Amino acid sequence: MLRASLRQVSAALKEGQVTPTELCHKCLALIKSTKLLNAYITVAEETALKQAEESEERYRRGQPLGVLDGIPIAVKDNFNTAGIETTCASNMLKGYIPPYNATVVQKLQDQGAVLLGKTNLDEFAMGSGSTDGVFGPVRNPWSYSRQYKEKSAPKSDPEHEEFKWVITGGSSGGSAAAVSSFTCFAALGSDTGGSTRNPAAHCGVVGLKPTYGLISRHGLIPLVNSMDVPGILTRCVDDAAVVLGTLAGHDPKDSTTIQDVFQPFELPNMPDVSKLCIGIPKEYNAPGLSSEILAVWSKAADLFKNAGAKVIEVSLPHTPYSIVCYHVLCTAEVASNMARFDGLEYGHRSGVNESTESMYAATRREGFNDVVRGRILSGNYFLLKQNYEDYFVKAQKVRRLIANDFVKVFRSGVDILLTPTTLSDAVPYIEFIKEDNRTRSTQDDILTQAANMAGLPAISVPTALSERGLPVGLQFIGRSFQEKQLLTVAKWFEKQVKFPMIQLEEVKGA
Amino acid sequence: MRPCRCLSAALGWGRPRGPPVPAQRQERAGGHRGAGGSAHAVLGPAGGAGLSQGPVSVEVLRHLERLALVDFRDREGVERLRGAVLFAQLLRQVNTEGVEPMDSVLEDRSLYLREDDVTEGNCTKELLNNAREKVEEYFVAPPGNIPLPKLEEQETFLQGYQ
Repeated sequence: MLRASLRQVSAALKEGQVTPTELCHKCLALIKSTKLLNAYITVAEETALKQAEESEERYRRGQPLGVLDGIPIAVKDNFNTAGIETTCASNMLKGYIPPYNATVVQKLQDQGAVLLGKTNLDEFAMGSGSTDGVFGPVRNPWSYSRQYKEKSAPKSDPEHEEFKWVITGGSSGGSAAAVSSFTCFAALGSDTGGSTRNPAAHCGVVGLKPTYGLISRHGLIPLVNSMDVPGILTRCVDDAAVVLGTLAGHDPKDSTTIQDVFQPFELPNMPDVSKLCIGIPKEYNAPGLSSEILAVWSKAADLFKNAGAKVIEVSLPHTPYSIVCYHVLCTAEVASNMARFDGLEYGHRSGVNESTESMYAATRREGFNDVVRGRILSGNYFLLKQNYEDYFVKAQKVRRLIANDFVKVFRSGVDILLTPTTLSDAVPYIEFIKEDNRTRSTQDDILTQAANMAGLPAISVPTALSERGLPVGLQFIGRSFQEKQLLTVAKWFEKQVKFPMIQLEEVKGA
Repeated sequence: MRPCRCLSAALGWGRPRGPPVPAQRQERAGGHRGAGGSAHAVLGPAGGAGLSQGPVSVEVLRHLERLALVDFRDREGVERLRGAVLFAQLLRQVNTEGVEPMDSVLEDRSLYLREDDVTEGNCTKELLNNAREKVEEYFVAPPGNIPLPKLEEQETFLQGYQ
């Protein structure tokens, strides 16, 4: 039952084959038994069961609120949830209980979804591994899959086993792991530079980054206001469309959401891609791209060709500079966004009391980790009067060039771009931490963050297993606000590749 | 267009570099206030010279610490900034002649502005709930208008720099 898709389980609830409370209990039990994955920071057991009971009552009366009624979901811990601790995996917000729900959380609750808990992430969503939060790293459920164990030396001793677990990718690693390990049917992540698509690819789940301006950011603790979007993680593309249908639309509380009316859609059962033009951007064959992924990408292009679609090579010439541009803009906006954490109104407050400034400085020293502090300092550097033109404004100009690259390509008749999502499959944790956070982010975000620059919708679809038995995902990038077309192509692709289900074995340490 | 070699090289820049921290620095970090001149000897010519000159001078570092109200904490923090700045300089390779800066991808649209009516509020209690120090309906802050202690009186990492 837990392995079913969201739509399947929703149908089962409607037909009474299972009750919301049974489902909720099963998920909570699974969360407990997979605790080692460290996917959840907070498990809201009491409130979840209460919501499940209320849902059950509605089903009994034959009046469910919709497809999501009674469905267990998880939310990344940088979305505000009323009454439930929201930490952003940081000491700065440990113990912080928001007085309100983020709009996306409220929308899910209004549809009767059952919130199981808050998932783990990199501190303040800064990172590409979900390893840098104060609650520890998240483990990729595939580390405990038969597929991975068979490929890694099966005769290794148990002690060595402990060190082979791989990362989830980040920064929405907890959400991806939660969906991948069947503890929930959908999860919310956030995507600023690839933070939803990267872990989706590593954990073998679908990760959707909607167009900037489609989904409300009210209540999402901001990282980069001009690039953040809430992300959706599910086990299949149809499920993502269902969740998108609930979340998309104008929110008066977020003035950066567009005012066009959003029409929720259902994807066609037999999508047809023969009339489409698929673009393959050659710059996405980036240095460091594993030959395995290159082969998977190639095979995917062939799949489309054989189905009658037009597949052409295109060029996005400023791609190599997008990571530098992102680096400057991201740190600059972070420097501004993190200024609100001074200990006065919420969050951690230092005991230092000599002066306001010294209290602020001490609070921030105690509350933030090295990654966050590093970005704040870099951002402030780029925003100094003497540097503003050379760095910040320059990066904004480069941003326009990057966005224009996409506009040109889409104007020339290309409907969808097909690219890899990550440079390689998930690496073992002990390998990952050998490099520092900024280096890692620089390397890992390279294929995903141009879409954030340009605000375009993008989705990572699990495609195949690597030589090591780990998931590899491919990314589709679409035109602004054309999620229906994007998801239709993604669904067709998903049906073609038939990605294997994870054979999750017992999750236990050495 | 294949990414140029310098960009590829730069992508590996983030690795912490520099000589290992000499034992003498531990003494210094403990608040020992020696003459500024010996800082060079402690950090070694490579470390000292690189940091006190160039676009990331000690003055800039101090200025940043005060602006951000966040400290560098250690040498690695400073190296990280240097790496970040050098990396960002790659932007100079892009020709942006005649290009307007882009603030937002939604620049072609107007932001939604709602009516200037009070529709919610009266949530003083909820808002005060999360604050540590409060008195009646006020957030309590320590006294303001007191500048941060001068560098010599602080125990920051930059103290020992020339």
